[in-house]
Amino acid sequence: MDPRKFRLGLLFATAAIALSFVAPLAPGVPSLLARPGLWQAAALAGALFLAAAWFADARAIVPGLAGVIAAAIVSLLLLHDSNIAGNATAGFWSIVTAAWLAAAMCVVALAALRPVRKERRRLINILVPLLFGATVFYLWEVAVRGFGVPPVIFPSPSAAALRFAASLPTLAADFNQTFIKGVLIGYAIGCGAGLLVAILAHRFEFLGRGLLPLGNFFSALPLVGIAPIMVMWFGFDWPSKAAVVALVTFFPMLVNAIAGLSAAGHIERDLMRSYAASHRQSLTKLYLPAALPFIFNALKINATLALIGAIVAEFFGTPTQGIGFRISTEAGRMAIDMVWAEIALAALAGMAFYGFVTLAERATTFWHPSYRT
Amino acid sequence: MAAIKPNISLVGPTESAATDSAPRRLVVDAQNISLTFETADGKVEALSKVGLQVAEGEFVSFIGPSGCGKTTMLRVIADLQQPTSGTLLVNGMSAEEARLACGYGYVFQAPALFPWRTIEKNLKLPLEIMGFSEAEQQKRVEHYLSLVNLNGFERKFPWQLSGGMQQRVSIARALSFDPALLLMDEPFGALDEIVRDHLNEQLLQLWRTMGKTVLFVTHSIPEAVFLSSRIVVMSPRPGRIIDVIDCDFPPDRSLEIRETPEFLKIAQRVRTGLRAGHSYDE
Amino acid sequence: MTSNSLALGGVSPRRLSHHPLVERYAPVITTVLALVAIWYIAAVAMNWTLVRDGFEREETPYTVSDVLAGTMDAERPLLPAPHQIASNFFDTVFGYPPLAPRSLVYHSLVTLSATLLGFLLGGVFGIVLALLIVHSRVLERSLLPWIICSQMVPILALAPIFIVVLGALGLHGLLPKAIISAYLCFFPIAIGMVKGFTSPDLLQIELMRTWSATPRQVLWKLRWPAAVPFLFASLKVAITISLIGAIVAELPTGAEAGIGARLLAGSYYGQTVQLWSALVAAAVLSWGLITIVGLVERGVNRSMGAR
Repeated sequence: MDPRKFRLGLLFATAAIALSFVAPLAPGVPSLLARPGLWQAAALAGALFLAAAWFADARAIVPGLAGVIAAAIVSLLLLHDSNIAGNATAGFWSIVTAAWLAAAMCVVALAALRPVRKERRRLINILVPLLFGATVFYLWEVAVRGFGVPPVIFPSPSAAALRFAASLPTLAADFNQTFIKGVLIGYAIGCGAGLLVAILAHRFEFLGRGLLPLGNFFSALPLVGIAPIMVMWFGFDWPSKAAVVALVTFFPMLVNAIAGLSAAGHIERDLMRSYAASHRQSLTKLYLPAALPFIFNALKINATLALIGAIVAEFFGTPTQGIGFRISTEAGRMAIDMVWAEIALAALAGMAFYGFVTLAERATTFWHPSYRT
Repeated sequence: MAAIKPNISLVGPTESAATDSAPRRLVVDAQNISLTFETADGKVEALSKVGLQVAEGEFVSFIGPSGCGKTTMLRVIADLQQPTSGTLLVNGMSAEEARLACGYGYVFQAPALFPWRTIEKNLKLPLEIMGFSEAEQQKRVEHYLSLVNLNGFERKFPWQLSGGMQQRVSIARALSFDPALLLMDEPFGALDEIVRDHLNEQLLQLWRTMGKTVLFVTHSIPEAVFLSSRIVVMSPRPGRIIDVIDCDFPPDRSLEIRETPEFLKIAQRVRTGLRAGHSYDE
Repeated sequence: MTSNSLALGGVSPRRLSHHPLVERYAPVITTVLALVAIWYIAAVAMNWTLVRDGFEREETPYTVSDVLAGTMDAERPLLPAPHQIASNFFDTVFGYPPLAPRSLVYHSLVTLSATLLGFLLGGVFGIVLALLIVHSRVLERSLLPWIICSQMVPILALAPIFIVVLGALGLHGLLPKAIISAYLCFFPIAIGMVKGFTSPDLLQIELMRTWSATPRQVLWKLRWPAAVPFLFASLKVAITISLIGAIVAELPTGAEAGIGARLLAGSYYGQTVQLWSALVAAAVLSWGLITIVGLVERGVNRSMGAR
């Protein structure tokens, strides 16, 4: 990025730090200078920003980020003072602004780097979004605690994390109910059935031509609405949720598998014909392997759909546990931090599930051209 | 326009090609093969009363412009397409029976190797389908890979090999189950000239040592004249045979033969036939 | 010569079964009819014990055909017969004035309004975000991974939070639902449009550069037209998700109007047939919205030269 803008940004950050020494942190509280340890850290941050401003190129990133960390720690420690939390004024916010500005400058500078070596590139590709996300979380934390936002509306990340750690047994039980029983079982049934029907549709062309339009039609429908009917048929417990998940995952798998089974090229099909291969041999040796990229595409889509399906199905009624159940009841009770903890659980489960499927995909479809660019 | 004999109905092996006096077994006996199909623009006659007899051990090339029916003829012999009329005997049985008895190996324009299988597993594909034992499969893989000079590439994947090497694997695969007949549809069309020359030499040597019957479709006149014992010149709309040329170059020929006057004379005859066939479209 | 791609075999006699219309629609129609038949059989099987127990409780004499007729007309069936659902559907759609609280049209309109508003907001936001990402390397590298990650998170689970938080802030009714729908559908649109805007070949971009085109010219003359197929594909996905979001958003607060509310009411009061009618309404809405997007797409494609 333009070194002048970079330098200007970092100089502003330094000025903001300087401002925090003179401006009041909150009405009627001791100033920054009166707090041993903290003012030295803030001064260090300011010095680091100054150094970074002096470099104003790639070398500025390390001191810049070090300064950001120092300033962030100062602001977070200041929030421990209950007189500041909720009443923060200019002095406090200037530290936050300094940290934010310097972080933004460093992120921009990092993003503009184009290192030659592959490992460095990969490092930067991970570092940039991580830093960006960390900045967002930091601002969230500081804003909620600095402005004194009632936790009912929005808890701070730290409060949610604490609640997460404190509620592990409940979370584990919910995870077991929703994910292990509802999601995994329904996913296996839905995807398995979708694949089987697709194989039949491939074998019997008439069936395929009838099912494909129907499959496309049903894929677009709000199938989670079927949840109350499943509850009526299978009861309140996890079988009804698994049934919803099975139905929701069936159609994307059907549509994708049918497409995948027809993906084998003409020449390869003629080759199998020239070997007088039986239909089953052609299926296992040609059609199924060629269909794997499509099947995994559906498996990835279904991983997200299954989790959403199970949670939403629980909104319609569930015994006493489950992620969806917990979210709706705790939201009704205004215990928003518990809701966020459950959402964090669902997010982690979702990402782990998706990541697992992606790893399996890479292991089995390593040969596909899309991996070889 | 030179006088050309259109629509030769029966083409058989000439005696001069055979050094032994005993008549050789007919591998392909096609009479009056016609193939018409419907398109949006009306009927197209891909093949019109084509007749062909190929004896064991011959190398017959089919050459002609696009749409002349040479690939269609090959696919009819392979039972990948059915003719509308005419009779066809392959190895003394119907084309379908020959296919079910795995009587031929087909090499396509593209290598058609399965990207999820290693080279070794790709070679084993027809052997698995036809039910060879594990030990037999392993033996054949080693033998045929060395025949095409690709030992050491067993564990590689197709995309790690160049186009020419992939096509060699494809040829090895077609040979792996010992078919009597080899059908090749422009196998070297996608390769550059230097690789193509090299592969032509290798194919010639393979043919000489193994004594298989080869039906070879190509666009390239020098390739056809270099490799074949007989050249069939075809022309389109309707697909038919314009000319049949016998070549009896010495079996141990090298690429230098392409500069000799005899070679050029035959190539000229081929070229005249092609041009004449084309001129019917004016 | 690529005879590989030509049809196998020669000329076949023209029979009814080869007529193009028959070939196209016969499989679907047959499958649908088969499914309806299976449904009827399932309805009989699943409602049998219910109806028979009903007769026994009332101690009325009954025959097998009575029970059979009963399964087709039960008041709280386990699986309503197709004609039951159809008649309830038509009653609630045409039997009441469109804005009456008992009319299915009224509920559909409530959900539809939230869907469309959310779709509009989400669409605009998604496109703007995509434009920003495509034109700024910083945003691309910092924001895009988070957007991709968020697709793995079950976003619908956030619906209750949103409703409650927005309710605490004083927003009720249409707006929170629309915001949820917008939040759900801006991700697929943003990702789809990023793919679309970056889809032009490097060759085409370099060509623009040889003409000293400004970024704005490149955007309007190259990137937008190239992104049109991606736009419509993601719009179809987005409008479906928006509808689902609107329906799910009606659940947490026990709303009184909307298709989600009908589903909830049907399940609380055991009104099975009403439930199924609401589902059919949702399906009709979904299919209708996608068809409209498809028609717009076809019109745009035709104006851009596709056949």
